This record gives sequence, C-alpha cells and structure tokens, in this order.
Amino acid sequence: MNQALPKLTVKDYASDQEVRWCPGCGDYAILKTIQKLMPTFEQPKENQVFISGIGCSSRFPYYMNTFGFHTIHGRAPAVATGVKLANPELDVWVITGDGDGFSIGGNHMLHVLRRNVDLQILLFNNEIYGLTKGQYSPTSQTGTRSPSSPTGSIDLPLAPCEVAIGSGGTFIARTIDTQAKHLAEVVTRGHDHRGASFIEILQNCPIYNDGIFDQLKDKKVAADFKVELVHGEPIVFGKEQEQGIRLNHDSLKLELVDATSDDILIHDETNKVLATMLATMKGPDFPVAVGVIYREEKNSYVDDSQQQLISVRAAKGSMAELLTSGHTWEVE
Amino acid sequence: MELAEENLNEHHLDEKEVVDVVVRFAGDSGDGMQLTGNNFTEATALYGNDLSTFPDFPAEIRAPVGATFGVSAFQIYFGANDVTTAGDALDVLVAMNPAALITNIDNLVDGGLLIVDSGAFTAKNLAKAKYQENPLEDGSLDRFRVLEIDITKQVLAAVEEFNLGHKTGVRSKNMWTLGLVLWLFDRDRAGTIESLKTKFASKPEIASANIAALNAGHAYGETAELPAGIHVYKVPKAKVSPGTYRNITGTNALAWGLIAGSELANIDMLFASYPITPASNLLHELVRHRDFDINTFQAEDEIAAVCAAIGASFAGSLGVTSSAGPGIALKAEGIALACATELPLIVVNTQRGGPSTGLPTKTEQSDLNMALHGRHGDTPMPVIASSTPTDCFDAAIEAVRLATKYMTPVMLLSDGYLANAAEPWKIPDFSEFEPFPVEHYTKAEGFKPSIRNEETHARVWAKPGTAGLEHRIGGIERSFDTGDISYDPANHQKMTDLRQAKIAGIANDIPLQEVCLGNETGKLAVVGWGSTFGAIHQAVKRARSEGLDASHIHVRYMSPLPRNLGDLLRGFDAILVPEMNTGQFVQLIRSEYLIDAEALNKVAGQPFKIGEILAAIHEKIAATGSKS
Repeated sequence: MNQALPKLTVKDYASDQEVRWCPGCGDYAILKTIQKLMPTFEQPKENQVFISGIGCSSRFPYYMNTFGFHTIHGRAPAVATGVKLANPELDVWVITGDGDGFSIGGNHMLHVLRRNVDLQILLFNNEIYGLTKGQYSPTSQTGTRSPSSPTGSIDLPLAPCEVAIGSGGTFIARTIDTQAKHLAEVVTRGHDHRGASFIEILQNCPIYNDGIFDQLKDKKVAADFKVELVHGEPIVFGKEQEQGIRLNHDSLKLELVDATSDDILIHDETNKVLATMLATMKGPDFPVAVGVIYREEKNSYVDDSQQQLISVRAAKGSMAELLTSGHTWEVE
Repeated sequence: MELAEENLNEHHLDEKEVVDVVVRFAGDSGDGMQLTGNNFTEATALYGNDLSTFPDFPAEIRAPVGATFGVSAFQIYFGANDVTTAGDALDVLVAMNPAALITNIDNLVDGGLLIVDSGAFTAKNLAKAKYQENPLEDGSLDRFRVLEIDITKQVLAAVEEFNLGHKTGVRSKNMWTLGLVLWLFDRDRAGTIESLKTKFASKPEIASANIAALNAGHAYGETAELPAGIHVYKVPKAKVSPGTYRNITGTNALAWGLIAGSELANIDMLFASYPITPASNLLHELVRHRDFDINTFQAEDEIAAVCAAIGASFAGSLGVTSSAGPGIALKAEGIALACATELPLIVVNTQRGGPSTGLPTKTEQSDLNMALHGRHGDTPMPVIASSTPTDCFDAAIEAVRLATKYMTPVMLLSDGYLANAAEPWKIPDFSEFEPFPVEHYTKAEGFKPSIRNEETHARVWAKPGTAGLEHRIGGIERSFDTGDISYDPANHQKMTDLRQAKIAGIANDIPLQEVCLGNETGKLAVVGWGSTFGAIHQAVKRARSEGLDASHIHVRYMSPLPRNLGDLLRGFDAILVPEMNTGQFVQLIRSEYLIDAEALNKVAGQPFKIGEILAAIHEKIAATGSKS
C-alpha cells in the first residue's frame, strides 16, 4: 500500500490555522520539527492522529494537518487509548505538558505507560503553567517564584523520565525543543518502538520561565551541562569529551571521572537500574542526560487486546443464539 | 405525601391453592442464599408461574458469621397473575440463623410460614443477633406457622456417605432447604440437579453431596410429620402469551441491549468502565461477549473510562461507559466534551443510595437531577430510564439509536434494584428489530467537520483513517460554519442554541407518552419513572379493582420529555409521583408544566411496596374527591 502513497512534504502537515503561541515559544520549534518529520514515516496522512489535553502544548493538534483531538485537562492518554483500541491501524500521538501530563493527568500517564499502549507521548516540559499565566508546576524547581508562590514554591519537583521508568514505561527519552536534529532522531526512534514511547522535550517558555534550559542549549557551555546518550557508547561529555560517568560499586551511585578512566559507563538502553540513575541526573553536580535513556521490548496492550479478540471471534456471535442461551422454556 | 403502608391482607396459606406467594430465603453471606434463590426461580419459571425476584445482599463480601449485617437474602414473588414486583409482605420466610430471623421476621405476615434451622440457634448465634432469649422457645413466633428443623443435622446425615467432613458437608444446607421448599410448592428438582452437575463438574463428589442434600430435603417434606397447616401449596400457572421464555436480570438485559444496539447500528462498540457496585456486572457480562463487535476496557479510573469511550467514538466506534452515582460525577467533564464535540457516547448509570459512598448495594433513584443537569455549561443530553429488568434491553437499544443518530452523549438510567432483579422474558425475535445502520462520512470534496444533517442537526461522523477528512475537533467552542476554533460571541450563542435545539428536537423522534394502565383522563394519574414501575403498576391495578379512578403513566424519556406529556397530565385532577428520592422528577413536572403534582418519596434503600403506593392513592383520591 505504501508505494501508492503520494509523496508528502512539510507543507502537507501544516494546517490552515493561525499558530497562536507567544513569540519565541519553544513550541514553534517542536511543531516545525514534527511537521518536517511526519513525511519521513511514509504513512497515509489520514492514519495519523494527534491527541492532546489542555495547556499551551495541547494546542499542537490544531496546527497539524492530520486528524486531531484537543480534549480535556490531563486525559489525552485515556482518549488516545480509546482511539487506539477502536482502530489499532492508526498512528496515535499524545501531546501533553508537565502540568497536563504529570499533575492533573498523572494517573493516566502512569497507566498508559504500564499498559504499554502503542502511542508516541511527547511531553513538553517547560517547568511552569503557561496558559494559566505562570503558576509553578509539578516539575518547577523548588523556590520558583510565581503568582501562586510569590515567596517561592515549596513543592519538591518530580522528574518526568524517572517517573515514566518507574511506571513501567518501555521507551524513555529526553530531548530539547530547539535541537531539531536530536529531537527528530529521538522521536523517530520512539515512533519505531512498539508500545508507549515517552519523550520529554525540554521546552522554553519565554514569558514565565525564560532561559531555564539555556545552559543545555548555549553552544559555548552546553557540552559541559548535558550528556548525549548513545547506546553502546561510553558516557562522556564536555567540550573535549574530557569527562565521563562511572558507577561507584561501593556506594552504588554515579560519579564524574576523567574520560580516560577505564571504567567509564557504556550506555546500555536496556539496563533499567542505570537508566533510572541517568534519568535523574541534573545540575549542578551532573550533566543532564539527553537521548534514549531506556528501552525494553514488551507486549503492547492493544496488540494483546487484538489477539484476544481474534481468538474469541473465531465464531462470530449471533444475537438469536445469545437470546436463547442458558435455561429457556416454552409456553404454549 | 407521608409514606404510609397498607397491609394488602393476602396471607392465604390456609388454602391448598394460593394465587400468589412471596418467599424469602435469608441466611449468612456464606450460606449460598443467592444460589438457592436462583435455582428456585428457575424451577418456578419452568413450572409456569409469573415471577419477579429481588436479591438483597450486604456490602460486606464476607461478614463475620452470624452477624446481622452479613445477612444475605433472596426474595421471589410468584403467582398465577402478572407479577411486577418482588412483593410486599412475606408468606414464607426461610431463616438459616438467628440474624436472618431478626432482620426479616417483621415482614412475615401473620399466619405466614417460617422455616428455621434450629441447629443454628446456638447461644453464640443468638447473642450475635442480639436475642436475649431464644425466639424458638419464648412464644414470640406463635402467630406464624413454624417449621423448626435441625437442618445441619439432617444435611450431615444426608451427605454422610461422601465422607466430606463436617465443614464441607454442612455447606449443602442451602440445597437441603431448597429441596424442602421445592416440595412445598410442587416444583421440579431436575433443573437444579442439572445446574449442580454443571457447576461442580470438576468436583463430582461435591455435586453428588449437594444433590443428595436436595433430595433429602424434598424427601423430608414428603415423609415427615409436619405441623398442622403446613402442606404442599399449589400456585396455578400464569396465563402468559405463548413463546419461548427465559429469566433475565436487568444487568444482563442491558448488556444484551447494548450488543443488540451495536448489531442494529452495524457499528463496533468499546465498553470502557471502572469497577463500582452495583454497575460492575455490566462489564463482567459484556467482556464475555466479545465474539460480537464489542471490546471492553477496564480503565484506571472513572475519568479514563469515559475518556477512552470518547476516544473510541472519535475513532468511529461507539463508546460506552458505565458507573454508579459517584463515578458518573467524575465523568461529568468528559460527558460535556462529548456534547461539545458532538460525538456519540452512552453513559449508563446504575443508581445506588447516595450521597457519597451511601448505600452501595441498595437501590435509589436520586441521580435524576445529576443526569438532567449535572454538568458545567449548557450541556443538554438525552436521558432514558429503564423501568423493568427486561425493559433494560429495549432502553439500551434506544440509547444506541439516539446516540448515533444525533451524535450526542446519552444517559441511560438503571438502578441497583433493576440491575439485580430478574423476571421472565418472552424472548424477542431479533430479526424483527428495525436496523438503524450508521454511516460514517467519506466525501472528501468540500468536507468540513461542521457539516450537519439539517433535520436532526447531527454533525457528520468523520473518522480517522478516511482520506481527505483530516480535521481537528476539541473542547474549545467551534465555528458553526467551519468547525474551527471560534471565540465569536454571536457564534457561541448560535452553537449553544443549536445544542439545545438538537436535543429538544429528539422529542419528535420518540413515541408519544401513553397511559400504561387506566384511562387517558380522570381523577388521579400516578406518574413514575424507572424501577418503580412494578410497584406502581400493581398498586394502580388494585385501586382500579376497588373501583377507583386511577391511571398509571410511566415515563421512559426523561429528557427530552414526550411532547404530549404536559397535555396528558393536565387531563387528570391530581398527579402523584412516587420516587425513590426526595422528589426530583416531581420538581421537573411542576416546573415544566406548572402542574400541582404531589411527591411520594422513599429513600430506604429498598423498592416501594405495593401497599405504600396504594395507601397514597387512597389518600390522594380521598383528598381530591373532597375538593371537587
């Protein structure tokens, strides 16, 4: 069927709707990258569906010229599960944010990951509530001053990738809004993954939380503040790739060492324990890990559901048989 | 109106032939009373009586043995005439222990038959039931026919040959008792024997022991010297129209109605729900029937359940979700999304006693206001109420028809009584049902998600996977013309009016309200909805047999209301509205039609008794008569 598809381009994926994010918002960069990426999957456009919750990021489906559903706050994973169960042929994407996905919708995120529903979940993490005008979010750093925390937030933040691994997620990755090439690579790998792909995209909010990820983006310093994980490669970083990460076998903790050290960790995407440690690394003591942090092959919920349906539908149900099943009696 | 009760004055065990009988089996949660009741029901249906049943069990799964709050009961009303309730007072009470006796004896009519397992009336059990003295010895039961048998001892003797030991052997007590009651009403044991063989197919010795106990109980009736006035009672067969019959509970009828609806609409269905009493059985039943175009999804919570159902509807299947009151409250935001995006959705509410956790295993009709109004914004949706266990089948089909034809969420109301109660059902010929096949939109040229049917106002159903129909929908207000986001004030007015008009217009697509018993005009109309049908029907029938001018009107379409309902009600001097809530439908009637309808309310977790409604009819007609 694929060879009959017309060749699609980025233009085919831009809807006729005026994009209404604030100037400078990281969402523009993500939108552009995804629109460019979609044709590379060589799928019928009508089979691609974007489902979102509520928040700035959740406006995303309006701007994609695919099927799209802007639902209610936090519930996109549940709606997407229903879409996928109804039609497993569809390529379903969930667009969510840190508040949508991990505050009001935390429960659905947990369960969609543990069920391993075959979806791509893009979590735009700007560590703030944008659409409601700047309140701290569950990923905001402690001490964040906001309209609802003028003297500094006292909540301890959660780490999305760590929670996603803990929830039983089978594909966990992190990338950055403006790093188009890396973003495209990570999302492509997530798309190839059978099951739920959880991709945290660090995204700048220029209005309410501007610059929080600058260290990871600024070409002059980024190499010192982030480490790009590549499966099977040593975990090293720095301008000259001069630093590395190893596991201290006594403390069972990660530590920074000289890249020449002979016990530098080799990134193994399938090692859940190390993945959890890598997912939680943050400054100032550690670089932030980007790339595919964890990956595991597991049955996908929708595949298993289909398998059960095939087996129970070996003989199609008959209404007349159902109505007369069990004890019946005749009255003459 | 104050709730009062009239004694229907029907204890009639003096005769060898009786017109109808109410039997209640009551025992510990672990005594197998539901199984006993179900088997007796099967035998009674096969015998040819009309019947209605009411299982009444505690919320505790395994309450402490002998505790009053652990009493599980099964009531059956059967007779030679049409039976539409599980009966008021008991003619026969089977009490397997003191707790079952103390919690049920007040409902046994004077002269009624009490069967007790005297072996269970130990000092310990008496104390647990808070009896100061043994009621079997203190004369307090003298006004009844009492059959005191040490059933425990009888059973152990009957199953001795199987060497099962005391603990396992005693568990056949319920079958021994069933055997005795089957003898009492001249019912056949063959069906029970067959079902025991099937149930215990992997444990043949248990099956044999139970059958031996059943036969021993029956033989006891035949051979023992029974006290005077206790003998076989003949209940003549009911005159019912010819056909094939079965018993069915409201839950199963509702599940099968959903399946039937999906067949008639020729559409896949996703049933998504989260376990909650008393609604869970709907999921249990539907998951067994995925050989139809039905899939089920046990969601992580109520909100996920409604949202998954909405997702399925967006994808072109029909999404259905189900719960009881507290869960429906959680689904409200999702239901409004389905309303805003104009997607079909069925929400089944098996109502229970509220508020909050309330009475999870008991019945009530107190979610009507929530069904009609319990959403943010101006969010109209059709509300349908099923009235009997078998009516749940037709009501569910109708919910599917309206949801798919009008692209709207539909609320389908059941309740704890309807869900668990069973009645005989003349099995319909499914080939005679009118199909209403769904057509998904496929025309790419000039497509807009806002295209709608001019007559029904229903929006097109354009499902993902259809080339050229790529579009976006969402909860933000949409332009009437394009379906795109619109914050335009005039457009919001137009869309709000459209949503109202679409649902209001359904009144033209539903049957006119009929009077189900009595005259089209007259002195008094008793107006009900939902599971009060049976009790109202019997009460009106009795009032009419006394020569009183009363009619029974039972409303299925709670929103939109049938377009002739106001005129119909205005044809009566007085309106009485019995409801198992504090007066929700009566308020609607009063506000909608400016009619002085009077409420009769009961919120005891139990259905209305016939005598309670009959008393209200007498009072109302007397008051109306004196006015005119």
